[in-house]
Amino acid sequence: MTAYSSAEPLLSVRDLRVHFPTASRRDAPVVRAVDGVSFDVPRNTIVGLVGESGSGKTTTGRALLRLLAATSGQIQFDGTDISKLDEKRMLPWRRRMQIVFQDPYASLNPRMTVAEIIGEALDTHGLARDRREARISELLTRVGLNADHRKRYPHEFSGGQRQRIGIARALAVEPDFIVADEPVSALDVSVQAQVLNLLQDLQRDLGLTMLFVAHDLAVVNYLCDEVVVLYLGRVMERGPTREVYARPRHPYTRALLSAAPVPDPRAARKRILLKGDIPSPMNPPSGCVFRTRCPHALPVCAEQVPEATLVGTNHHVACVRVDELQNA
Amino acid sequence: MNPNVVLSVQGLKTWFHSRDGVAKSVDGVTFELAKGETLAIVGESGSGKSVTSLSIMGLLPKPAGRIEAGSIHFRDRAGIEHDLAHASAATLRRIRGAEIAMIFQEPMTSLNPLYTVGDQIAEAVLQHEGGSRAAAMARAREMLERVEIPAAAKRIGEYPHQMSGGMRQRVMIALALACNPSVLIADEPTTALDVTVQAQILDLLRRLQEELHMSILFITHNLGVVAEIAHRVAVMYAGRVVEDADVYDLFERPTHPYTRGLLSCLPTDALLASGERLRAIPGNVPSVLALPAGCTFAPRCPLADADCTRAVPELLPVRPQHRARCIKVATI
Repeated sequence: MTAYSSAEPLLSVRDLRVHFPTASRRDAPVVRAVDGVSFDVPRNTIVGLVGESGSGKTTTGRALLRLLAATSGQIQFDGTDISKLDEKRMLPWRRRMQIVFQDPYASLNPRMTVAEIIGEALDTHGLARDRREARISELLTRVGLNADHRKRYPHEFSGGQRQRIGIARALAVEPDFIVADEPVSALDVSVQAQVLNLLQDLQRDLGLTMLFVAHDLAVVNYLCDEVVVLYLGRVMERGPTREVYARPRHPYTRALLSAAPVPDPRAARKRILLKGDIPSPMNPPSGCVFRTRCPHALPVCAEQVPEATLVGTNHHVACVRVDELQNA
Repeated sequence: MNPNVVLSVQGLKTWFHSRDGVAKSVDGVTFELAKGETLAIVGESGSGKSVTSLSIMGLLPKPAGRIEAGSIHFRDRAGIEHDLAHASAATLRRIRGAEIAMIFQEPMTSLNPLYTVGDQIAEAVLQHEGGSRAAAMARAREMLERVEIPAAAKRIGEYPHQMSGGMRQRVMIALALACNPSVLIADEPTTALDVTVQAQILDLLRRLQEELHMSILFITHNLGVVAEIAHRVAVMYAGRVVEDADVYDLFERPTHPYTRGLLSCLPTDALLASGERLRAIPGNVPSVLALPAGCTFAPRCPLADADCTRAVPELLPVRPQHRARCIKVATI
């Protein structure tokens, strides 16, 4: 893990909202996919963004790269609010922020060779013009692929190798920041470990800053310096990974961590079983969005949206009962 | 068949014939499922775990998929043994759904979107047990209550799309258990679900198993889920069972180099505390169209030598009730 830096974070998200209208009518109901999310990504660290389906983790990742339009809020990247830049002024920033997608089958053009896929990224930003081929070989080697395979097509590679191609494409433009959106969820366990080790090496060697979007809690614990826990478009808890995992303070984080299956048949299981399912983001509960499934909810939870309360160094919890529930 | 065993698969080979050649998806699978036991079959994609379950159910896509060798012995409610690998269509129809039931990963694609959930459960009851429609609907409602669907009386008239993923999987379980089968095959039943909902479904399956004394063949790629639910485990790799053991032996004394490799790929608390990196298994799972000679894991195995590629290793005893398909079992 990287030492904690007190310098200004590379990325700062404040009160980000992404609402999707369900029809073109002006009064059509909206899906509140992301509804007031704030967090920081410090330089040279990996921050995990975790949550179940419908929590808004993928939407958040895409909105902060401006791949989706934010409804409101600020996205400070290296000191500049990029949330309202037009496409032309956005281009230089795009070079600095890249994405690796979940599905390596769907995110590579099947009609392009590996060299064309990586070369396209270089050309878009006018990079390595005089040494294009050498740069492509360098990138393939860097991600653990054979540079001789540059003329091959995506279907000639395994899932893990394809994910390496996706990583090489992201690295081609020498970004500072990478959003890795569930990069190992579609891979088999034995291949997952290879890709996780690669991401860790790259982060360390190239001084990258990364937002790792995931639903696998064990993987986040292994890889991430800090973690942000999302539920129904809002941040429930965020803080240093080790601390949040050892002493989760939000009732949702506690339930989520206790529900994750542990590969040890003798593990003591004190499971907090939540009732029901995640409510619809079209009609989220008033006040705290988790209250309908929370074992500790009170009437007050329906009335006010809980503020993020500081409970430790960089550790924030959005729960009105956080103090009373400390030892619950 | 041992009287305690309800399902016994011996030397099963299921191959698929296509223009590209013969895919040996299942190429020597052997295991026994005892009464009231949960046996987990764990493996990565392409290991043959789902084809094994489809072979048992007689649901292989025809004519491409064929059982080439081996037997699948099942003891029915009357105590009569059947070899499902060679049973008639009529016998399979009588057993399938009534005595061996199955649930799948994606409940949305296994439920009919045009019928209410109550109708679908009632249809299964009428098909296998006959009786009146009113009695079948009453059973449907009882089953929905049994799988803890809130307001079952109201939801019995709903369509699958009106329900969440977790609720749909509960409906699938209700449908599978409606005729009181002695064996439930659960093929990745929680893989598409969120972790808090997965915990609910695992908890439900565990309770239902105790109440109904059924045997569960639980197919999964998730070793965490295996540790939660299984009594015994069979590890599959490239079409073969490479190790079987009770769940404690498997996690505490894994023997086959593949099982060991799989366990050390996982980011466990112990690994985190040690500060070490994940130990990935090098390479990839081989194609079922071109399996390596001898031990199929040899090309990725740190212990492999020339002897490993000479012949397919047997499942060799490691200790009582624990076997591994590795010629080096004595020295590991």
